[in-house]
Amino acid sequence: MQYNSFNTQPTFFQKLKNFDYVLLICILLLGLISVLSMYSTDGGEILFHSKSHISKFLIFFTVMIFMSFLNIKFWHYFAYLFYVVILFLLIWASLYGIKASGSQRWINLYFINLQPSELMKIAIIACLAKYYHRIQLNKVNSFQVMFVALVILILPIMLVITQPDLGTSILIALSGLVVIWLAGINIKYFVYSFVALLISMPFAIAFLQPYQKLRILTFLNPDRDPLGAGYQIIQSKIAVGSGGLSGKGFLKGTQSYLEFLPEKHTDFIFTLFAEEHGFLGSLVLLLIYIIIIYRVLRIGAISRSYFAKLFCYGYGSAIFFYVTVNMSMVLGLLPIVGSPLPIMSYGGSSMLATMIGFAIVMSAKINHKQLIA
Amino acid sequence: MLGEDFGVKKVQTINRRMFIIGAAKFVVFTGIIARLFSLQITENKKYLTLSDKNRLREWRLPPIRGEFLDYFGNIIAGNLKVYQLHVIPEEVEDFKYLMVRLKNILSISNNDFKKIIKQKNSQKPWENIIISKNLTWEQFTKVNYFLHDLAGAKPVLSVSRNYPFNENYTHVLGYVSEASEKDILNNKTIKDTHVPGLKVGKTGLEKTFENELIGTNGIQRYEVNAYGKRIRQVDHTDGLNGKSIQLTIDTEIQKLCSELLKDVAGSISVMDIYTGEIVAMQSSPSFDANLFLFGINQDDWQLIRNNPLKPLVNKTLSGLYSPGSTFKPIVALSALENKIIDENFKVNCKGKIEMYGQTYHCWKKKGHGIVDLKSAMKQSCDTYFYEIARKLGVDRLKETSIKFGLGEKVLNETFSIEKKGLIPDTKWKKNNLGKGWVIGETLITGIGQGYTQTTPLQLCLMTAQLANGGFKIYPKIIAEDDSKTAEEIKFIMNENRKKLNKKDRRLKDAKSPLDLLNKEKHETLFKSSKNINLVRDAMFASTNEIRGTSYKSRIDNPKYQFAGKTGTSQVRRITKLDRELDLKTFEIPYNERDHALYIAFGPYKNPRYALSIVIEHGGSGSSTAAPIAKKLFKLIIDRHELRETRSKQNDLEI
Repeated sequence: MQYNSFNTQPTFFQKLKNFDYVLLICILLLGLISVLSMYSTDGGEILFHSKSHISKFLIFFTVMIFMSFLNIKFWHYFAYLFYVVILFLLIWASLYGIKASGSQRWINLYFINLQPSELMKIAIIACLAKYYHRIQLNKVNSFQVMFVALVILILPIMLVITQPDLGTSILIALSGLVVIWLAGINIKYFVYSFVALLISMPFAIAFLQPYQKLRILTFLNPDRDPLGAGYQIIQSKIAVGSGGLSGKGFLKGTQSYLEFLPEKHTDFIFTLFAEEHGFLGSLVLLLIYIIIIYRVLRIGAISRSYFAKLFCYGYGSAIFFYVTVNMSMVLGLLPIVGSPLPIMSYGGSSMLATMIGFAIVMSAKINHKQLIA
Repeated sequence: MLGEDFGVKKVQTINRRMFIIGAAKFVVFTGIIARLFSLQITENKKYLTLSDKNRLREWRLPPIRGEFLDYFGNIIAGNLKVYQLHVIPEEVEDFKYLMVRLKNILSISNNDFKKIIKQKNSQKPWENIIISKNLTWEQFTKVNYFLHDLAGAKPVLSVSRNYPFNENYTHVLGYVSEASEKDILNNKTIKDTHVPGLKVGKTGLEKTFENELIGTNGIQRYEVNAYGKRIRQVDHTDGLNGKSIQLTIDTEIQKLCSELLKDVAGSISVMDIYTGEIVAMQSSPSFDANLFLFGINQDDWQLIRNNPLKPLVNKTLSGLYSPGSTFKPIVALSALENKIIDENFKVNCKGKIEMYGQTYHCWKKKGHGIVDLKSAMKQSCDTYFYEIARKLGVDRLKETSIKFGLGEKVLNETFSIEKKGLIPDTKWKKNNLGKGWVIGETLITGIGQGYTQTTPLQLCLMTAQLANGGFKIYPKIIAEDDSKTAEEIKFIMNENRKKLNKKDRRLKDAKSPLDLLNKEKHETLFKSSKNINLVRDAMFASTNEIRGTSYKSRIDNPKYQFAGKTGTSQVRRITKLDRELDLKTFEIPYNERDHALYIAFGPYKNPRYALSIVIEHGGSGSSTAAPIAKKLFKLIIDRHELRETRSKQNDLEI
């Protein structure tokens, strides 16, 4: 590794000064909102979910702050290793993982049940960012380069989809694809693969698990089976819709309080929030996410190293995907696939992955003048 | 460093592409906001309604059943507050302990205990279990005393049917009990109103007027969670009480009837001869309707069911008896009307007559000698009636019988159990028995035996329609506000009374109020009112002249004086041996004894009430049934004034 003359190592205080405080404040704000929402899902008491969520947020937020001090070169250096380790954990999970509600996606680490697929959402971006960091633009569209990139992308997707976990694999795919696209791949390949996807759709559907087919059918017509498969989406829409302009009030969401909402801690946390805080509250929440995405993208824009730039752009877009897929799902715009809302949803692995992502972004901000050979 | 150019181009590409994605993001976020807007602002009302539909659930409360009142407004079937003990298993920490404690305190039987445990296991933990439907005061205080130790047990005030006159009204009102699946399926009102534990009418008027009595449910609205558990009460609306129904029956007379029928099987009916109001109607033995309210226990049920006097049968309405000699007034009237005989027609009774190789006996072995209509009726001479029946023929007799209310239901559809009885004629026999009519059968029909079957209430109606001068009346048991008619009748009755005071004796000159009233409403059942008066005079003689069959039971005071006709209905054919032995009633096995009947109306000079009495296996009408009439008439007449003033009171109330 060689250092550019501009690349003097910043001191601790310089690093502290270079933190993106708007981003930090937004993350904290989101953390606060998520804790309050969790408190509401517990029926206005500090019970298991709220306690666990608070501690996870605080621990991982601190971890994020500490990791932010790592130089961006560190992340660049270990990006492949990070990816390989997570890939290994995915294989481990598929062999020895914990089964729960019909899928095998967790590894018991004794202090935490880790879901490697969540971490893969970050690892795939980091890995691809590193991969494209060195490749010249005119080689991006060469078969060899594309092939390697696709292998990097498809391996984890295959592992996650067989868990089975459609939601996470879609998010991994989207995150990876957006990085590949940003790296400069010719648009025609996207068009070709989109056409290929459409053609293969009927065959793909034949391979879907029965419950996944059901979800798609339910999405197309939730009233098909209002007490069965369509229950979640119908109740979710009722909750959001009944929230109105300003919501039913904190702790007064009848749909969630009276337990009509399924999965209200995790994937449907936004439903609860929208019911209690209404259209205005939802706009505020959305605004926080938009600011976060904007800050992440902005850090990418000012980063001098290609790795950092590509990672930030990729991660910023990934957050956008997480948020929009989750919200579209609970608002009935997409079929129900498991996808948490970053920071808001209950779940340690998702929180950890999100925070690692922010740590890399923050590191990129602190070291935005840093170039990586 | 790699070539700057490539680097710059690479950065330009990535920035350009990021800009495109940024624009796409903007569009997508706008889409999500638009969706939020459409759900939360545009369609807010729709989803708010759906959310309320989710969270609010209605609970129906048991309706309050309408009451039954007697003619004077006394409650004869009311609603009583009862204390119940409810347990909600969810709210109990240690269900077993609680149940064992309650078992000891309330001394619950092992059987009931098992039932409660079974119920607990079959329902949701927040659903009520009724441990006791009706706590005695003693149990209630005991439970309250230990309540601190019985967490989860709740004494609850509830409403239950109550029959204050116990067995006196059972055959009229019937009783209520918990609705069965069949009740719910057969009656839509019950289905719509049903709540667990709802009691509905099983027999009698309680059943007939179910839809009027039942009332409407109160509604309690609760907020519930997704599993249906009640979280809190939101609001509450009271239901409407069921309609109260007033009967024409006078409890005092009804009570006396029960008393007079004590320990015998039989029936008494009393009717107002002008309005058709049933003043009393009792079938004996009866049973306490209150026993059925909370499910009758096995011992009580066996006692009622196995009683040889058959308390479950309503003898007034569905008991079928040969009318015996009480039929004779109709036979006589029919013969007069058809001009077969006149009042001077005479027959020589020798105790028996031979006809077509058969011997037909008069009840008096020695015979009555030469008798005319009046003395034949007075002494109930069978020979006389054999003779006129033979001349009259059964078909013409039937015509008159039907006119006067025999062979048809008296109260139409009011009681499902009411029977039509049977007035035979030649056609009936041909159609039903496939044989031709035999003249001998006409003879025994003429003394009210043979195929003829009547209910006590039919006999009462028949008597009433003879007593009122031969006008059709429409019997009723539900009081209607027809105060105008009542006033008119009262006025005419008073006019009659004035005339009678001057002229004394018979009421030949007195006009029947119904004669003066609306003729369309009360059609005449006779061709000549003279004939009616002849029959009534003959009945008067039967009770009030020496040698009359019920002479012993007469009342001389003209205020109470009544006219009547005894009857003795054979339950089996009298054999030669019987005639030779001539046993006293008590020497015959109970089931072979004759039924004793009596019909009467009074006061004779200005009649107002008719009655019929049937005592099953009571021996003879003159010895058993007629004395009951004597005891009853005094009260009936004494209560008359009250009855008349009641309608005035009602006017004032309005």
